[in-house]
Amino acid sequence: MTNERDILITEVALRDGSHAVSHQFTVDQVLKVAKALNDANVPFIEVSHGDGLAGSSLQYGLSHTNEMELIEAAVSVADKSKVAVLLLPGIGTLHDLKEAANLGAKMARIATHVTEADVAPQHIAYAKELGMETVGFLMMNHMAPVDKLVEQAKLMESYGADTVYVVDSAGYLLPGQVRERIRALKQSVGINIGFHAHNNLSLAMANTLVAIEEGATRIDGSVRCLGAGAGNTQTEVLVAVCERMGIKTGVDLYKMMDLAEDIIAPLLPVPQEITKDSLTLGYAGVYSSFALHSKRAAQKYGVDSRDILIELGKRKVVGGQEDMIVEVAAEIAKNKNR
Amino acid sequence: MSKVKVAVLGSGNIGTDLMIKLGRSQILELTAVIGIDPQSDGLRRAREMGYAGVATGIDGFLADPELKADIVFDATSAKAHLYNAKVLKEAGIKVIDMTPAAVGPYVCAAVNIDEHLEKDNINLITCGGQATIPMVHAVNTVSPVEYAEIVATISSKSAGPGTRANIDEFTETTSRAIEVVGGAKKGKAIMILNPAEPPIMMRDTVYTLVEEGKMDEEGIRKSIAEMTEVVQSYVPGYQLRTEPIFEGNKVTIFIQVEGAGDYLPKYSGNLDIMTAAGVKIAEEFAKNLLKKETV
Repeated sequence: MTNERDILITEVALRDGSHAVSHQFTVDQVLKVAKALNDANVPFIEVSHGDGLAGSSLQYGLSHTNEMELIEAAVSVADKSKVAVLLLPGIGTLHDLKEAANLGAKMARIATHVTEADVAPQHIAYAKELGMETVGFLMMNHMAPVDKLVEQAKLMESYGADTVYVVDSAGYLLPGQVRERIRALKQSVGINIGFHAHNNLSLAMANTLVAIEEGATRIDGSVRCLGAGAGNTQTEVLVAVCERMGIKTGVDLYKMMDLAEDIIAPLLPVPQEITKDSLTLGYAGVYSSFALHSKRAAQKYGVDSRDILIELGKRKVVGGQEDMIVEVAAEIAKNKNR
Repeated sequence: MSKVKVAVLGSGNIGTDLMIKLGRSQILELTAVIGIDPQSDGLRRAREMGYAGVATGIDGFLADPELKADIVFDATSAKAHLYNAKVLKEAGIKVIDMTPAAVGPYVCAAVNIDEHLEKDNINLITCGGQATIPMVHAVNTVSPVEYAEIVATISSKSAGPGTRANIDEFTETTSRAIEVVGGAKKGKAIMILNPAEPPIMMRDTVYTLVEEGKMDEEGIRKSIAEMTEVVQSYVPGYQLRTEPIFEGNKVTIFIQVEGAGDYLPKYSGNLDIMTAAGVKIAEEFAKNLLKKETV
């Protein structure tokens, strides 16, 4: 990576996209995707269960292949790109982090709900000790007011995070809100600022451009929108748009397009579109990985999945509370049959 | 009826809640609350309620010939417990360890107290463990559990700095205890903090996978209902949120724990179930001690 870059892209398809394929990634798929990303000169490739290290569970979905094997596979073909892992304290532990680092992961993204940064200091400190670059990943960002976000970002900075992210897990934020958030962080923290979008309201690209304009330099994308809900900022499109705008990503556009078309598209169970479920996520402010779980629960209980998602939004459910979905679905079914 | 003397080590929220619960016990007599801060609100409160408030720590308590206890609750920290455990053992005092130190065996009040009545030090696992392991055990006594996974969701307000700084301790200790005490071949635990206002009640979801071909739905339903009543006998706010769900060899159980609202607010069911379990275990210890005295 000798060429100069204005922004550093993290490709999240092999982590966020894990939700879209119900955590069924195989070693072969990861080898192909990671190799292509490396060839395209993408700086960071995130590989983990969708809910981070140790996310394989009945609550979130069991992994087809142990994520450590997937991380090892990605590392084996990435001589330029660095492999990143996601960890949610409360799910993954320091042991998981160490195992990933031993396999060659170079970046640890420690994810907490936007108001709960103080569960992260141990994991950030340990990742640093393991020689990893560290990110404080503030999820469900829309659920906290800007001053609270600033306070939590400062905590992440104080724990030693190299970067702090505004993570729009629900794809709920509007461009003006992204501007306000990134601007406030730019004024109050000295570390890198990142932005992670979901395209549930078709605003991922617009929001990402606003974030870059306000000074975010770490940007997440998913090739062919392979992420939870309607996916993230579509990486190959972002590369093209940035090129037109004179923003250097250092990523090879043609190679990204080929990866999207020839490797990713065939492995998608269904094309990544803004379906009524993913639109409802963005509209109601619900964690994007809830979409497929709600669809299944809706079928089982004979209710409308949108009603489940709207109710979850009202109850201010946070990331990771997938066990609420079945309960809410059962309740709606019960009330309907009264 | 004669009572067994107990003392509470730690004058914070947990210690103060214990003090209030112990005031109601028919069999335990609280003698002292022990802290290290003379200005602490907990010690002031203890003195107001007629208990000795010791501000010189465990050493001060042990050095005072006026103060006695057969059982001490340790509601300090894992680090402090290592020292406390040592000196209390030397003094011949039984210890109920509420910290994550786990010097002694894991005990879940509804499951395995009988096996450990003679131990000098027992550990209370975690709040999530006290809430969910009874259910893992209830399923396992009917159909062998291959895998059990629990998800504990607690309100942000009820998770103190100690819990937050050591969240891995929760996941690791609870996972192990699901196996050792609950009887599952493999255990997993997840913790989620929810900041919603007003604060949510503690919610726990227990997933169990039973051995293929061993599912006994009716037996498991009955066992779960019985176990719910056992836990309710010492945690009145413990309840199933909805009927258990059976799918193939999977059983999913939804629990809510509402606190008694003694010192801690009602939404802190996660803390309440720890103090309630501590008192329950102390009472079982006390019955055992009194039985010995009478023979």
